[in-house]
Formats: sequence, C-alpha cells, structure tokens
Amino acid sequence: MAINAAKVKSVGAAQSPLLGFAMFGPAVLYILLLIGAPFCLAIFYAFSDARIGSNELHFVGLENFRSILQSPSFRAALKNSIIFTVAAQIIVMVCANILSIALEKPFRGRGLVRFLILLPWVAPVSLGTIGWKWILDSIYSVITWVLVWLGFANKYSPPMWLGQDGLAITSVILVHCWRLIPFSTVILLAGRSAIPKEIPEAAAIDGAGFWRTTFQINLPIMTPILGVAVLFGTIFTFTDLAVVNLLTNGGPYDSTQTLPNLAFTQGIQGSDLAAGAAISVFLVPVLVAIAYLMLRVAHRAEVV
Amino acid sequence: MAVVETRKLTKVFKEGELGAVNEVDLETREGEFLVFLGPSGSGKTTLLRMIAGLETPTSGEILIGGKVVNDLTPRERRIAMVFQSYALYPHLTVYKNIAFPLKAQNVPRNLHKAKVEWAASLLGIGGLLQRKPRELSGGERQRVALARAIVREPSVFLLDEPLSNLDAKLRLSAREELERFHRRVGTTTIYVTHDQVEAMAMGDRVMVLNKGAVRQIGTPREVYDDPADTFVATFLGSPPMNLIENDGIIVGFRPEHFRLAEDIRESARVVFKFRVENVEYLGAEFILSGILVGGKGDGKKVIARLLLGHSFEIGTTYEFAVPQHHLKFFDRSTEKKIPPRPLTWQ
Repeated sequence: MAINAAKVKSVGAAQSPLLGFAMFGPAVLYILLLIGAPFCLAIFYAFSDARIGSNELHFVGLENFRSILQSPSFRAALKNSIIFTVAAQIIVMVCANILSIALEKPFRGRGLVRFLILLPWVAPVSLGTIGWKWILDSIYSVITWVLVWLGFANKYSPPMWLGQDGLAITSVILVHCWRLIPFSTVILLAGRSAIPKEIPEAAAIDGAGFWRTTFQINLPIMTPILGVAVLFGTIFTFTDLAVVNLLTNGGPYDSTQTLPNLAFTQGIQGSDLAAGAAISVFLVPVLVAIAYLMLRVAHRAEVV
Repeated sequence: MAVVETRKLTKVFKEGELGAVNEVDLETREGEFLVFLGPSGSGKTTLLRMIAGLETPTSGEILIGGKVVNDLTPRERRIAMVFQSYALYPHLTVYKNIAFPLKAQNVPRNLHKAKVEWAASLLGIGGLLQRKPRELSGGERQRVALARAIVREPSVFLLDEPLSNLDAKLRLSAREELERFHRRVGTTTIYVTHDQVEAMAMGDRVMVLNKGAVRQIGTPREVYDDPADTFVATFLGSPPMNLIENDGIIVGFRPEHFRLAEDIRESARVVFKFRVENVEYLGAEFILSGILVGGKGDGKKVIARLLLGHSFEIGTTYEFAVPQHHLKFFDRSTEKKIPPRPLTWQ
C-alpha cells in the first residue's frame, strides 16, 4: 500500500518536474539565502581579518582561532555555555517528567493548566526575558520583596540576582529552564501517551509500584523521545543569544558569558567581524555532532 | 472457599448512566476454568479489571480467597493477568519480562533464574529468552505473557481475550495449548471472550453477560441446551436459536433440531411448513433459511441446519418438524425461560 502510494507519487513528480521544483523551491531558496549564505560567509570571515567599516580583507589562516582560544572571555564563555546547557537540561528533564506525569490523567481544569504551562513557550524569548529582568531587578525585584516580607532577606542588602556571580549564573539557568520546560513537557506528554495503557497496568499487576513503573518501565520505553527532547533543548540553550544578552549581557565580569553572546558583542558591537565569526564557527562541530545524534535518536524512535 | 467471589459488584462510569457492570454476584470454584462471555460492551472486561484491581468498583465487594480485597492494590491481590495485547515490556528481553514480577515482588534474586526457566520450559519458550518482544511471533508473545503470569504462582489467572490477536489457524492450536496448560497447572482461571466457540470449548462453566448483568451461569451444556432467556438463546449457537411468538409466549428451537419431518422419529413433535428461500452449502452441512407457511407463525423467518444427504430447491415448501422436548419457552415481556407447555400451533 505504502509502496504503491510512493510509486504513484514519484510517477506524478516525474511527469511534471516543474511542479516539483516549484513546490520545494521556496524552501531551498530560504535555506540558501538565510542560512547557507551567512554560514559560508562566517566560515570565510573566520579565516580573514574582516572588520566593520574596513574595505580591506586579508586571509590570516588560523590566527583568529589562536587568539580567541587564548582569550579568557572565550574560555569563560565556552565553560558557561556548557554549564548552562547541561544544568538546564537536567532540571528541565526532571521538571518536565514530573509535569507530564501530573498532566497525564484527566482532572478538573487540566486544559487550563496545560495552557498556562505552555505560555512561556508561546511568548517571544525577548519579551519573556525582559519580564524576568524586572522580576530579578536589583531594586524592584518581586522575589526580593517577597523574601524580605517573609524575613528571609535583609531589606538593606538584598540579593543582587543578576549582579553576583553565583546568583547570576543560577538566574540565567532558571530562565532557560522556564523557557524550555513547556516544550519538553509537551514532547514527553506525547511520548507518555504513546505507551499502550496496558503496559503500566501489567506492571501494576506484576507488583511494581509507582517508582519501579516509572524508572524501569515508562522511562526506558520513552528513551528515544527523551533523547529528542534533550537534544532539542541542548541546541536551543547552547545557541541562545537573547536570554544572556538581555538579562546580564555576560556580566558580571564574564561570569555569565556564553559563546553566542560573546560572538555578538565582539563581532557586531565590537566591530571585529573576524573574531565573532571565528567564535561562531567554533560552535559548528559541536552542533553538527548534536544534530547527528538527534537524527539517529529520532530514527530509532521511529523503529521502536 | 471460593477463590474469587463478587457480591453485588457494580461499576458506573458516568453518574446517571446505566452501569457498565450491575450487581454481579459470582463465585468461582477451586481450580475451575470460568469464562465470561458476552458481546462487546457487555461489561465482561470491566468486571475482570475490577477483580484485577485496575478499576475501582462503584459499589459491592470483591473477595479473593475469602478476604475482601476492594481496597488492595493489584500487587496485594496476588493475581496474574494476561492482556489482550499481551502488554509485554518492549525494552526488556523475554527473560527479563518473565523475571519482572519476581523482581517487583522482591523474590530473592538467586531464585529468579530457576523460576524463569521453569515457567519458560512449561510453555516451550526456553530458546527465546534472550530475544526482545518485537522479534517474536504472535503465538510466541502470547506464551511469554503466560509465562510471565505463571512465574509468580498466582492464586488466580485472569485472561482478557488472549487469543483474539492471533490468526484463525493459530487460535485453534493456542486454544488447545491453553486448555492443556490449565489442566497442568490447575490454577483457577477467569477467561474473558466474546467468542462463543472459545467459551464452549474451554470453559468448565460459562457466565453469559449482557449490558452489565449476568444472564446465566452454568456449564457449556447448560447454557446451550437450557438458556435462561432469549438473549442467551440467541447469543450462543451459530446460527442462533429460532424464536417465534405464539399465544403471548416466545417459542424457541435450535436450527439443528429443525429438520425434515420424515427424519424425526419422536412422535411428540411439532410440524411446520417451511419454504426454503436460501441454501448455503458449507461442506459438512447445509444452512437453509426461509419462512414458515401457515399456522400462527406464518411468514416468520427461520433457519435450519442440516447434515448433507438431501437436496433442497429454493422456493419449494417442505414439511419440517421439531421434537417436542427441543422446544424452549420464554415469557414475552420478561424474555425469561418459562416451563414447557403444550403448543397449539395450527
């Protein structure tokens, strides 16, 4: 049946090749112009001494890479990018799993709760982050106000959510989590509802309690879907510019600096296009590896 | 002491609606093979799931081994269940699937291997222990599900249509295997099916359900030969029992008892004129459908099932008859069985 359908389709496409081109042309054009061209340009710049406002361009070999590797900002950014990504994924996975278990069974108001949980994902990153910037503000922070009211914080030396190393890192991670949890919850809910309901029932009859069913039956069955959620989340966090840029802009003293933000500040704001390009290109092998893993996991998810 | 007993067991899914299961009283006998038989939506699976502890009863009591288990989890009821889809754990090997109940019930680890191998050999799947469920055929999966059920030596087996996912040929051999398996282990078994042939062939007793209520419970012979009401009469048997209204009662007779008058030796018999309208030749028998001519049943559709040896013409009227003792009588309003009575037909 499927083979027949495929055959019919391919015959149809062969009969009117123009239609085929017309159908996927816009997508190809979009990818070539908006992703392919800037990507090639970035690789080209990474090996040159391109600067904003300068017409001259020289090939400098690996000089840009040598210099960024020696820069303490770059090392801090690389370290932070990894810390943010890993920490956010762990927290997101735990929370999204709990939420997906809680939202699986019907209860009064489940639709509303699902809608509310999905909101952070629907809101534009920049708007959400600006909201958080207010919530975490050094003077007007609601969190500080509540903590002072409860007696957990001193009114005269309140916590500087975005101004102290540890707190700033934690704040950035939590905003990333806030943003990713809805997405992962939706993916995990789908994965969970794909498990035939007889399987956890059989586990209950076999004598397994909640924890054993969760960790030895449900989660292992959901591994491919968990993999998809983790890899998407990794890419979203690793490549995200908006959260760090708006919240801390890498500060204080590069303690929350990330690779995308460093590339942006150095390359665009600092006019050193070559350095910015080199930092961006540095991410490519990492992202390629992740994308490869993602495709493999997605493929496995289909087979199972 | 009954292994499984229910008292006025009721399940209502939505308030105000008719219950899926209504006041079911049931008592299994030690070691018996009890079949719940009914059409889809009759409540047989809901009843089984309540006994298993997967569904909470709205009212009534469930007893296992003489103890009320309403508030016990499935784990504490010491039952085993085989699902229609088998519900094997797809990520675990056959060995780990069978060992899972042992692990979950904290059986000492050093006993696992011997127990798994015992269960596997009982079902002839010793060679498949390292496979994953997706590498198994339907019949093999069913055996793994049975092995997983038997390994903990439960007090009762609950089987929910375990044969319905197999193709017709495999179903017959799997049925025989299941019967042999039950004779060998002797555990009380409750078996849910909508297939009357399975029910008749396997059950020590059959419980016929419709719309959440028990219509009859008895040996296969009792439910077939002496149906308690018109539902049981027509649900069992293929083709179903012929029912004809007469003098405010319903008269029923099985197609195989409706034969050519000349073939019936009994003197106490009722004779009908039967016009054949369709003939189905099924190899070993004929299925004749047609209408009665004359008398109070004039124009009623009936079916006859005859062995070979005659030939019938469509459109011709023959003299057919039913031995008196094969006639069943039902009340017209309650549709329940009533005692036999003389029949004035003409």
